Amino acid sequence: MMRKLSFLIPSLVATLLVVHVTAQNADITSWINGPGGAKPALAVTEFRGGAGAQEQMAPFNATLFSDLQNSALFDMKSKSLFPLANPQRPEDLRPEDNKQGYALQDWSGAPVGASHLVFGYSSVVNNVLVLYGYVYDARQANIQAAQLLTGRYTGSVDQAGAIKVAHEFANDIIQKFGGVGSLLGSRIYFVSDRGAPKNVQEIWAMDWDGNNQKQLTNLRSLAITPGISADGTRLAFTSYARGTPSISVLNTETGRALSFYNQQASINTTPNFSPDGKLIYYASSASGSTQIVAAGVDGQGFRRVSRRNAVEVEPKVNPKNPGTLLFVSGPGSQQIYRMNTDGAAVERVTNGEGEASNPSWHPDGQHIAFSSTAGFARGGWNIFVMDIANRQVVQLTHGEGKNENPTWAPDGLHIAFASNRSGRSQIYTMLANGTQVKQLTQQGTNKYPVWGSK
Amino acid sequence: MTTKFYSVRMARWAGLSLAAVLLVSAAGCKKKTPIPPPPNPIVQPAGPTGPASAGATITEFAVEPSTIERGQSANLRWTVTGANDIVIDNGIGTVPPTGTRSVQPADSTTYTLSANGVTRTARVVVTAPAPPPPPPPSNNSSKGTLESRVQAELRDALYDYDSNNIRDDARVALTADAEAMKRIFADFPNATIAVEGHCDERGSAEYNLGLGDRRATSARDFLIQLGVPADKLKPISYGKERPQCTEASEGCYQSNRRAHFAAAQ
Repeated sequence: MMRKLSFLIPSLVATLLVVHVTAQNADITSWINGPGGAKPALAVTEFRGGAGAQEQMAPFNATLFSDLQNSALFDMKSKSLFPLANPQRPEDLRPEDNKQGYALQDWSGAPVGASHLVFGYSSVVNNVLVLYGYVYDARQANIQAAQLLTGRYTGSVDQAGAIKVAHEFANDIIQKFGGVGSLLGSRIYFVSDRGAPKNVQEIWAMDWDGNNQKQLTNLRSLAITPGISADGTRLAFTSYARGTPSISVLNTETGRALSFYNQQASINTTPNFSPDGKLIYYASSASGSTQIVAAGVDGQGFRRVSRRNAVEVEPKVNPKNPGTLLFVSGPGSQQIYRMNTDGAAVERVTNGEGEASNPSWHPDGQHIAFSSTAGFARGGWNIFVMDIANRQVVQLTHGEGKNENPTWAPDGLHIAFASNRSGRSQIYTMLANGTQVKQLTQQGTNKYPVWGSK
Repeated sequence: MTTKFYSVRMARWAGLSLAAVLLVSAAGCKKKTPIPPPPNPIVQPAGPTGPASAGATITEFAVEPSTIERGQSANLRWTVTGANDIVIDNGIGTVPPTGTRSVQPADSTTYTLSANGVTRTARVVVTAPAPPPPPPPSNNSSKGTLESRVQAELRDALYDYDSNNIRDDARVALTADAEAMKRIFADFPNATIAVEGHCDERGSAEYNLGLGDRRATSARDFLIQLGVPADKLKPISYGKERPQCTEASEGCYQSNRRAHFAAAQ
């Protein structure tokens, strides 16, 4: 299991995507690998604003650049090499006026070396921020043939509006180049003690890039192990508000509690939704030992799934094969197992080395991210990705503190996780090959991330 | 090898997309809004360009509210133009040209925003909240409070790693605890005692919730065998969420692998 597979960045991403996107999106593999092994090279100009829009352009430019860079689809060209001027609208493209920045070859040639030029501008029209964005193939001699994307986006005349139009334009560019989908609109839910009294942890939410961090619960108690429904509308978690740990469910849009009938038990914990959102699988001691059970989203229709005599937690139903699930259990050191949702066909998935936990399904239903201490001392958790079919494993973190609770982004390319590498536990994101690690939280202790589609 | 295939696909796709764009543009033409002209082209200095440091302007740097009670948070808000190196002190670090940041200083703090050498400050004053009222006086002074009795008379039962087996030392502790509980329940007939299951920090948090439950229920079952009424004991697992010790040492791990007793809520 510890065999390190030295995937190159593109090949890992391609491996994950090839399965996920199959035929209809096979373009992405060609774009990621590129005809010559190169990604599209984007020159993204600084957009400027007319008629009162200029002061919104700093957040716009920063957001556009960071969205495109985060997509991992592009080779982002350095602005320091750009020509002195750049086109702001298609009419500005003048092939005869080269060396100034107004000809596409100024961008495709040295020193920029871009394959595509992204430009445009904004203005305020009738109190609305209007953004005109263009993408041209800089290698094309014919300007008409070079036009790849032209878009008009509107938002409020403030920072939020500028960030919104930047996300939308970036999203269109990513889709144009065959991306599976951007992270636009997705949110990461997590547990934080920030600003809370001792022994109190609440559920929080933030945008996928760490913006808009908001407290969702105010239970003044322990709220841990969140699970998010596939549509992002409901969150289930373990709450100590009623004394013993029990399941609570809330509406992610309103933050309001939804009713859930808890079985009489000393513990009901680690809830997760079925892919269709109709069931909650969780671990309950209703029958004695903490075992995997299932119920409707209101807690009614309770049934036992497993009858093994071992601690069992973290049921995670396969998104593409909802008749099977993964869970974490002993006896002996904790490992990841699979079984059918009727409790049959139990089989260990991890190889028994060290301890393993926190399985998180890739959207393709064929890969998981998980944490394991394999190769490290007890408690030395790291993030791994496994191809379930052949059990091949890639290690993504390598002892930079404890790294736990990996959760896949809806794009199938990014993973959020918790790490104490900088001291207290914080939430990070990275690409699924372990690169581009970004810290999203700073204040307090932050753990248990789950990535929702919204 | 598949380049050709993909380029054909891409070309077809690009064609479709272009058609889609044209459709969208056509639809967008129903309500004619004249396209405004772009801003005047920027005049840039010769040579490799970068934002000019001389032009940094801090349009705004403010904190709201400017006075908070300790434990509350305030929002910093700033707008900077013409700068590429924008830093706020007090641990915030590099920030975008425009933004807001929630801060929760323990004491009154002056934040300084620096943008390419230009600085501006914003101060938030922190006031101390009123002290909470004292607890109600105890009327059990002769026999102490339930909390004090539980804390003074009941000992933890300790466990091996990833185990809920009652060791010999735990057997001794729980046997003494059973007798102490009978005395406590005689003095507090309506009391309930929480049997808390705790784990050390090394196993996963989720697994430890289940393991902590096994520890709590194994201690409870042992006490019931010794005659403690079952309905007086309430098992509750905290996994590794409430360690009594946070050092990375075996001594600390051992003290966290325990069944612990508390007056139930």
